[in-house]
Amino acid sequence: MYEFDYHRPGTLDAAVKLAGEADAKILAGGHTLIPTLKQRLAAPKHLVDLHALRELQGVHLKDGHLVIGAMTTHAHVADSALVKAHLPGLAQLAAGIGDPHVRHRGTIGGSVANNDPAADYPSAVLALNATITTNKRSITADDFFKGMFETALAEGEIITHISFPTGIKSGYAKFPNPASRYALVGVFVAQHGADARVAVTGAGANGVFRASTLEAALKGNFSAAALDGKSVSADGINSDMHADAAYRAHLIGVMAKRAVAAAH
Amino acid sequence: MPMIHMTVNGKAVKGHAEPRTLLVEFIRDTLRLTGTHVGCDTSQCGACVVHVDGHAIKSCTTLAVACEGAHVTTIEGLAHGTDLHPMQEAFREHHGLQCGYCTPGMIMSAVDMVNRKGHDLSEHTIREELEGNICRCTGYHNIVKAVAAGAKAMQGMAKAAE
Repeated sequence: MYEFDYHRPGTLDAAVKLAGEADAKILAGGHTLIPTLKQRLAAPKHLVDLHALRELQGVHLKDGHLVIGAMTTHAHVADSALVKAHLPGLAQLAAGIGDPHVRHRGTIGGSVANNDPAADYPSAVLALNATITTNKRSITADDFFKGMFETALAEGEIITHISFPTGIKSGYAKFPNPASRYALVGVFVAQHGADARVAVTGAGANGVFRASTLEAALKGNFSAAALDGKSVSADGINSDMHADAAYRAHLIGVMAKRAVAAAH
Repeated sequence: MPMIHMTVNGKAVKGHAEPRTLLVEFIRDTLRLTGTHVGCDTSQCGACVVHVDGHAIKSCTTLAVACEGAHVTTIEGLAHGTDLHPMQEAFREHHGLQCGYCTPGMIMSAVDMVNRKGHDLSEHTIREELEGNICRCTGYHNIVKAVAAGAKAMQGMAKAAE
């Protein structure tokens, strides 16, 4: 690791100020950033640790929405009675990220801000049409994810919480890479009235995306059978040493079916 | 260099460390508690697992400076004198190790597992929960047996590992 200065601000205002400094990086759970620093792939001058900001932690229900603080760990989301009751698919997704130790440190805000193309959370945020709130503004999921490791966040902008609509039937299924446990393909499905949103992670060459052909098939008939014979084009699907595009495209259909079958 | 303060295995400790010092480096190099191992150094193998404020974490992927004021338990904090912790005893009894390199992390993960999931752990639960701990010797079979037996043996302890 290159040297840096470490800061642990006690207020969001102080954190925003520090994060606005040149060459500052925000530290949430650190489970992407610290490995990145260890490999010397990044050399920030300042590291701004958000762990002291209690207001960024925890889950609560507000106006029919599950509001999850950006610094809430995966373990907390997975175990939260509120999440289990209102969006069980989201709790299940969180319970399957990495391993128990990673879930004790990794945070929802860190995952969403990083937008790793194989991370689990972006698929839930996109399929559930969640709203990402920062120190400056609120951004809908459709406007938030801009491509691999890219989001609508400006430099130094800090996610404070993510708000998920409830009363939605939803489910998640992933095919993890057997070595890394990251999603080779992960599909989050959500029923919004007669419509459906299907978000795919792990597979897109440009990060998380909505599978429109599957959404059309599920419109008015949110059942696994509605996906029979439906496929996703391999265009724009990632090919690498772990799986080629055709295989991943096929898995999207399989995982979508499993996610719908598991949805509640 | 900042001075870092923690409570490690019930004892107040302090030491200088650069901001880029990892928790595992602070534990091993500064505190000289070398039971916590570095295996992969890439957050995968779990040889470096310790408890921070009651939760099992990978100390190779945590900055020491971020643990200022924290309560840390390492493998050295489990036994009482020459009396092994029930989970350590179970690993010995069931031959849950060969070379022993992964064992401290395995045991710290197992104790955390019991703290969260209770004393009656199915084989399936144990195997799922050991996702983040890699052993290259045993094939896991005896580790799983040891964790199940250790979990039962921990019943009756006031609060596991604390």
